[in-house]
Amino acid sequence: MSQLPTIRSRKLEIEYNIPISKTKKFWDGLREGKIYGTRCKKCSKLYFPPVADCGECYSSEMDWVELSGEGELITFTHIVVRPTSFLNEQPYTIAIAELREGVKALAWLTGVKRKDIKIGMKVKLAPKITGDGRVTYEFKPL
Amino acid sequence: MRVEAACATGSAAIFSAYTAVSSGYVDLALAIGVEKMREVDTSTAIELMGRAGSYLWEFENFGLTFPGYYALYATAYMNRYGATEEDLALVAVKNHRYGAMNPLAQFQKEITVEDVLSSHVIAWPLKLYDCSPITDGSAAVVLASEDKVKELKIDTPVWIGGIASSSGTGTLSYRNDFIGLDAAVKASRIAYKMAGVEVKDVDVAEVHDCFTIAELLAYEDLGFCSRGEGYKMVREGQTEIGGEKPVNIDGGLKAKGHPIGATGVSMIVELTKQLREEVKPRSRQAPMKNYVGLAHNIGGTGHYAFITILKR
Repeated sequence: MSQLPTIRSRKLEIEYNIPISKTKKFWDGLREGKIYGTRCKKCSKLYFPPVADCGECYSSEMDWVELSGEGELITFTHIVVRPTSFLNEQPYTIAIAELREGVKALAWLTGVKRKDIKIGMKVKLAPKITGDGRVTYEFKPL
Repeated sequence: MRVEAACATGSAAIFSAYTAVSSGYVDLALAIGVEKMREVDTSTAIELMGRAGSYLWEFENFGLTFPGYYALYATAYMNRYGATEEDLALVAVKNHRYGAMNPLAQFQKEITVEDVLSSHVIAWPLKLYDCSPITDGSAAVVLASEDKVKELKIDTPVWIGGIASSSGTGTLSYRNDFIGLDAAVKASRIAYKMAGVEVKDVDVAEVHDCFTIAELLAYEDLGFCSRGEGYKMVREGQTEIGGEKPVNIDGGLKAKGHPIGATGVSMIVELTKQLREEVKPRSRQAPMKNYVGLAHNIGGTGHYAFITILKR
């Protein structure tokens, strides 16, 4: 931090609601144990994370599609220096995998020792409800 | 006017100033880049910057940080091409060597490969010395029309020959691969064409080495070498003074420092000095053959890319 003279600010804490009206089905799906993507009705392009509008053909006609979650690891990192809002977590592994359906997903990878993580390993994306009640999803080794 | 393009903000300011001057709307413009980052601790800085990525899908859900973004590229790149953590370290060693010769650099100290490898892990495989620092800094550039340059009797003007920007997906998982930044490839091809120069004409380059892997990706995205050959350029010393293509010989973001909004402007300041052959100390002056310099400034992880080509 700066060695120059400073005065201390007030403490700022921000918490807010994140709008999900266009992806509500996705968040509801997680609670039901399902991973949903969206597919453009017009050009058939599949999206994960889901989108409400197709960036390929600009159509807003999308179908919800349940994904297998099964995929292959493309890359990963272990986050050691964490943001303030993640300081309560132990260092975590973030991975990107290509799912069987041809889309990629990014999430934490858990349930595997660091030294056993290899690019190309089979993983499965699964919904998760955290201890503090957050609905999310993570990779597990398959 | 105020512009914002994450770590490419400085270039966005220059781009705006350039379009204002070249369109004839104004004949003189001042592009200023400034950032003050060192009043917060590291985890707060990581928090605030991390939120500038794909907020909901990557930060809110998974706490992905900027070192983490580039670490994902580093893992994929090393796995694909056989580059090693030592190769990444060589980028930091080179840039610290030039930083040690730059009185305006934040770090004016040489380091060794061993220093890099033994520094603590930030986002594996990136370690402390693979990362650019948190920096306070500023830079400014004056842009003028040809008529104004004549009127002011500027004796050694440096011209913007080409300038281009392109963007990439906000969410990383929508990208095809993690071995290069499409936005940088696209912007550079437009800028080369606009400037009427080829890769071989570039005498000196400033590239966005926010992390060591980013410099290797830049060599390849800019066409300095083929895909997968970037780590060989640094191994062979091709990007040092005396090599084929001197890169970041002011210390780069790595050692000069990376005051987010100022970085892009600072690159143009350095290239201007290089093209005018007025760099001090002289040992940090790149040899000029064509008097062409290139600046590569990335916002986010290729969310934005700006390429500026200067000529004398």
